Amino acid sequence: MTAQPALAIEAVGLEKSFGDTRAVAGVDLAVPAGAIYGVLGPNGAGKTTTIRMLATLVEPDAGSARVLGHDVVAESDAVRGLVSLTGQLASVDEELTGRENLVLVGRLLGHRRAAARARADELLEAFGVADAAGRLVKHWSGGMRRRLDIAASIVVTPQLVFLDEPTTGLDPRSRNQVWEIARALAAAGTTILLCTQYLEEADQLADGIAVIDRGRVIAEGTPGQLKASVGTGSLHVRLLDPGRRAEAARVLEAAVGTVVLEPDPAALSAACADAERAAVGVGELGRAGVGVAGFSLDQPSLDEVFLALTGHVAEQQPSGTLEEQAS
Amino acid sequence: MTATTTAPGSADTAAVRRAIADTVRPARPGRLSTALTFGWRGMLKVKHVPEQLLDVTVTPVMFLLLFTYLFGGAIAGSTSAYLDYTLPGLLVMSVLFTTVYSGVSLNTDLTKGVVDRFRSLPIWRPAPLLGSLLGDSVRYVVAGTVIIAVGVALGYRPDGGVGGALAALALVVVFSFGLSWVFSVLGLLMRSPNAVMNAGFMGIFPLTFLSNVFVDPATLPGPLEAFVEVNPISVLATASRSLMAGAPDGTAIAVSLAVAAALAAVFLPVTTRLYRSR
Repeated sequence: MTAQPALAIEAVGLEKSFGDTRAVAGVDLAVPAGAIYGVLGPNGAGKTTTIRMLATLVEPDAGSARVLGHDVVAESDAVRGLVSLTGQLASVDEELTGRENLVLVGRLLGHRRAAARARADELLEAFGVADAAGRLVKHWSGGMRRRLDIAASIVVTPQLVFLDEPTTGLDPRSRNQVWEIARALAAAGTTILLCTQYLEEADQLADGIAVIDRGRVIAEGTPGQLKASVGTGSLHVRLLDPGRRAEAARVLEAAVGTVVLEPDPAALSAACADAERAAVGVGELGRAGVGVAGFSLDQPSLDEVFLALTGHVAEQQPSGTLEEQAS
Repeated sequence: MTATTTAPGSADTAAVRRAIADTVRPARPGRLSTALTFGWRGMLKVKHVPEQLLDVTVTPVMFLLLFTYLFGGAIAGSTSAYLDYTLPGLLVMSVLFTTVYSGVSLNTDLTKGVVDRFRSLPIWRPAPLLGSLLGDSVRYVVAGTVIIAVGVALGYRPDGGVGGALAALALVVVFSFGLSWVFSVLGLLMRSPNAVMNAGFMGIFPLTFLSNVFVDPATLPGPLEAFVEVNPISVLATASRSLMAGAPDGTAIAVSLAVAAALAAVFLPVTTRLYRSR
């Protein structure tokens, strides 16, 4: 394997229009090698088009991008030799069996028949789909197809994997498995570009996140930085005695910040981004003799981040729609 | 769920890591080998979805039976005389109908996302298209053989013998290679496999009927006769008839091959361009 440049993906001013629609309107990305990098945004934000440009499936109208040191237009073949794509619709052949799918990819990448079969069996086993290996993929569940799709992406270990909405339409258990696989890929040093509309997914997996809306990157940073940039979290306190909530509110208002009374009569919260200040607040409650049953310090959720950054709520697609298209 | 047990049907993270740690990168395969691998894929589909073969063979067989027994006597004086006239034409119809499926299967690949996989692989780019010809040719040969076999069962005995029948089948299959690119372009432009099927048959169906497959054009009104005479499907049916009769019509064969070559020359590059950019 050749040494990887420090940046696995370096995109400057990528643009792409389809007819009158500006799908991508100038995207810059800098993805460090070995990271899981999340591209987060609602449907139609330009995520898939961005991935397709980086995976050399679509040529950009303007701007340029280097993937693992190769230009996506001038050296597209070199890029294809180093990356794998796991598409939004599982990129597998439904009219073949699971094993045939992996053998096909292995053969296309240059494995001889026996080696392609051996690798297929190894992957089918590792991804927990060996029992269904001989059945046509159109009879497989969505979660199994996803796993097969990712398995097909590592028939020959790539240096970078594009995961385009890998868990859309999956049940929670299948989703967790896909996450486990993504973490395993990253642990082995593979760079992952993860497109997702699920805020929780980016938070769970990504080291860095670019938030994209209407074809532009509108914010970038670690999940923690993004939350911090949006402002405060809050200290939640639950009292032993609901009757003393008014008193507790006065104490927290003075020691921490603006207090909100919660629907639970024993609970209240105070705006607070700073853990030390929160600790002082809880200490003050003790000093005032107000019994505390429990407390927690929450950062703002990525949902709140998205709302704050875009001024509109992330539009969630009803899950399963894509699966239906695929079947 | 615990970290040490793996539920049946779950991914085994440790094994996934081992699989990824294997960074063996085989040498890239040659162009021919890549195209043949796609041919293998086409064969597997014929094996897994034999219904598709049924679809394309049942309609022509139905026409064969209907026309021979219902209209044969009226058109040609006797059913056996009509069978002699129409069977080489039905061979053409049967195989040409099958070409629509080239577009249908290409469109299916597009709508299911598997084309994205192929396009993201470091392979010779026309290979998926050329490879699919191999699977297609199996369908053509099956469709053609079925119609000839049914004809023989009904009493058809070509003067050209087995050799003539094989030559006619070969000519029709070669013509179909050319025509299939038209439907491939359709397959790349339309939204769903069903739309490709409908549009394809809307084109091929009237063209087949407005040819000399079923009736001698001499019986038609002037303008219609003129169209039927120049319809390439008529020319191909004439060529097929001549080969089956053991008296090859050189002009018709040459024109058929030229039309096939022209179709391929125009529509193959369009197909490759569309396949790359969609």
